[in-house]
Amino acid sequence: MAAARTNLRFLLEIGSEEIPDWMIASALDHLKSAFERMLADLRLPGTVDWVDGTPRRLALLASGLAGRQADLEELVSGPPKAAGEGAALGFARKNGVTVDQLEIQPTPKGDYYAFRRRIAGRAASELLAAAAPDLILGIPWPKTMCWTGKGGPRFIRPIRWIVALLNGAVVDFEVAGVRSGDRTSGHRRFGRKTIRVSVAGYVEQLRKNHVLVRASERRARIEAGLAGVRVKPDPGLLDTLTYLTEWPTPVVGRFDEAYLDLPAEVLVTVMRHHQKYFSVEREDGSLAPGFVAVMNVPADPDGLVVSGNERVLRARFNDARFFWETDQKKPLRDRVEDLKHVTFQRNVGSYHLKMTATLALLDELGDVPAAARRAVELCKCDLTTEMVKEFTELQGVVGGLYARAQGEGEDVAAAIYEHYKPVSMEDSIPATEAGRFVALADKLHTLRACFAVGMAPTGSKDPLALRRAAQGAVRILVEGGLPVDFAKLSAGDAALDEFLRDRVRHYFRDVRGFAYDEVNAAMAAGLSNLPDLTRRLEAIRAVRPTADFEPLAASFKRIRNILEQARFEGCPVDPDLLQEDAERGLYRAMTSLRLAGLSYREALTQIATLRPAVDLFFDKVLVNAPEPRVRANRLALLDTLRREFSRIADFSEIVTS
Amino acid sequence: MDSFQTLIFKLKKYWSDRGCILQEPYDVEVGAGTMCPETFLRVLGPDPYRVAYVQPSRRPADGRYGENPNRLYKHQQLQVILKPAPADVIDQYLGSLEAIGIDLSRHDIKFEEDNWESPTLGAWGIGWQVMLDGLEITQFTYFQQCGGIDLELIPAELTYGLERIAAFLQGKESIYEVEWAPGFSYADVRFADERQFSVYNFEMADIATLWQLFELNEREAQRLIDSFASYPEKSRFPVLPAYDHVLKCSHLFNLLDSRGAISVTERVGVIGRVRKLAVGTAQLWVAQRQAREAA
Repeated sequence: MAAARTNLRFLLEIGSEEIPDWMIASALDHLKSAFERMLADLRLPGTVDWVDGTPRRLALLASGLAGRQADLEELVSGPPKAAGEGAALGFARKNGVTVDQLEIQPTPKGDYYAFRRRIAGRAASELLAAAAPDLILGIPWPKTMCWTGKGGPRFIRPIRWIVALLNGAVVDFEVAGVRSGDRTSGHRRFGRKTIRVSVAGYVEQLRKNHVLVRASERRARIEAGLAGVRVKPDPGLLDTLTYLTEWPTPVVGRFDEAYLDLPAEVLVTVMRHHQKYFSVEREDGSLAPGFVAVMNVPADPDGLVVSGNERVLRARFNDARFFWETDQKKPLRDRVEDLKHVTFQRNVGSYHLKMTATLALLDELGDVPAAARRAVELCKCDLTTEMVKEFTELQGVVGGLYARAQGEGEDVAAAIYEHYKPVSMEDSIPATEAGRFVALADKLHTLRACFAVGMAPTGSKDPLALRRAAQGAVRILVEGGLPVDFAKLSAGDAALDEFLRDRVRHYFRDVRGFAYDEVNAAMAAGLSNLPDLTRRLEAIRAVRPTADFEPLAASFKRIRNILEQARFEGCPVDPDLLQEDAERGLYRAMTSLRLAGLSYREALTQIATLRPAVDLFFDKVLVNAPEPRVRANRLALLDTLRREFSRIADFSEIVTS
Repeated sequence: MDSFQTLIFKLKKYWSDRGCILQEPYDVEVGAGTMCPETFLRVLGPDPYRVAYVQPSRRPADGRYGENPNRLYKHQQLQVILKPAPADVIDQYLGSLEAIGIDLSRHDIKFEEDNWESPTLGAWGIGWQVMLDGLEITQFTYFQQCGGIDLELIPAELTYGLERIAAFLQGKESIYEVEWAPGFSYADVRFADERQFSVYNFEMADIATLWQLFELNEREAQRLIDSFASYPEKSRFPVLPAYDHVLKCSHLFNLLDSRGAISVTERVGVIGRVRKLAVGTAQLWVAQRQAREAA
């Protein structure tokens, strides 16, 4: 047999109709890991050099593949030697060998007949061909389709060609009626329809046909085109356009300055969300009357693409102006009644009902600015406007702009404008106090109402985005410094209370980076309000690295265990019953500690000074004294120590090294 | 520069040359060409079909009294159904753009994800909106399900927005300025239509009457659907007339909606009533086809 070839390269390209841009990168990630798993399963060496793709192709290049699997040797056990020659003959015959090919295998149970079966490794091309269809159809997509008919294979869009090459040879298989080969296809307009490719020349051959396979090259091409223009940075849009094109070329367009009268938010939304344009800024950060569109062709020689895009944008802006003018005919304050016909949630009721309930909720939050009340009355009215019907992503923002235009006062307008904030973990909370109360009350109402009708999120399902609402409420309370009584937030709903606590834990651990035991310690010491919890956590974090803190925490854990084991019911300390110096010393140290008026950090520092007294106590004193009254008194001493000094943090929750 | 009607001629010729039957518009009000029996019912079952037709599509809520340059109560769609979709369907589609004078080497075409769904018809598909220099000119859909039934052959549906394409080709800022035929603008032909129907749809349509009409049509459609099982000779059963009543219901629902007579809460319920009829009719169509096969 000829020596197996090694160090082969494998190219796979799945040619498809246009795949949605936002799905491509994750599909490629999956393809890479699935291919690596497949190689391991097939016992083929090899590594994936890269995966990359465009809307019309997902490509993978692997190298270091062997031409065939290594041979395997398998030991097949037969009858015991004691069974005699007849049995050996039968065993040999059954396996197609002769008796002299058998060997004797010693085992703890005695000697057995056995023989070594050699399994020849199969050719890589054969293995790849057999595994490739499942590899391709196994790529997970958010939503798949059939195209060959009912019950046929499913993929994100129809597969139109497959390139599968192991060095110079086609790896031959079929997927969804498409036979693999060595032919790819270029750009729809500027490339050849059928191109014979090689593993080595793949990227370059496609480049000659106006396809940049590598996303990094497309991104660079867009960035180069943006270089001379002051565009509003927009990484999300850049991603979208990178995966929406095979040969991206930015072009700069303009619009009439007169449209700048419309709010920048509306103009930017039209450009970004509806037209996928970058918007252009002036030196001072204000909007300039220009945009950058990214084409999927190499050039716009006659300016037709630019003028076409400009015309579309003009029509869009005219629509927006029409909506603005129509909406002003009926101010927000006259739309409150209309909210009775807008459903908030089927099982909860209308937005009018939500508004009145949110107003009532506002009263629970303490001293709320008057602007917040007015803003709550009006903040959902923009749902009935033409502008929000067209640009739903601008709800709230449009309400705020309209409130300002309709003379509602700047603080009311700002509170309405920001009342959906924070919309993500990265987003900021509302800037004004009124805005924070409105945003908080709106979210709390949503949470209470949905929990009340049994719509709490389960598992990963959270269609009403209640986790985001709760997270937003927590952030507003913490970052806005609102000392609202935490117990009141859930209005007696135990499930909601736990849901909110879970968000609090998540926030302090994952967002603020507190250790989980610090969060547990601070929360176990009670939760009056979130700004207070924040201050306690910051104090714990500051004092934790000091020498006495963790040893003292370890002692507190020991105290907790002792009290639990003793099932101590509680009684006051009787100083006269203290016998040993060490217990009297601890009592003195405890009672002489003055924490009133101290900051949490100072208080914790003070508490940490108890460490020598506590250590000495455990060193010298036997808690389980034979005399019951003395024992009870010692337990009372420890119990008092724990209760008195666990109000900032329950030290016994701290995990010590 | 081609007039509106020449544009239509060219597209019809193009698809006729590719084996499509040229149908005329359906004579019951519809919100989209998809709703015509030539699409909604023909995509069901195992029979290949290719058809193209212009369908005036009425969307009462989109009316703007003829005042908005880009929005219409009634617009014209060129609807193409290729069942099953050929492997080169996108190339054929791009060829149709070249055929109406769009030189694709001088313009920018993108296929952007847009999955079509019609809750009223119990139908959905996977596809794109086709963007030409930033303008959506076509909805391209591979139907997956219609009337709640998984499709046996997967058709491609191409829906061209004719007014937009004409305005683009003629370089007009307003649809009303489009030349329909030499010497006649779109406004000459359709302005009165847009204005009067906007007045009726938004201001004068009598809500009680519309509800009555809705219920009458609903009852008649349901009565027919219910009588199929016991009807002796299935092949002559009036499935198509039943479907006409479903279309009437759908249009009356749109009218009531534009009149502001349906609250968001009620909406889901009314859509469900229409869907029940659409699903019922689709099932009859399939059952009738099977009965014919068996006979």
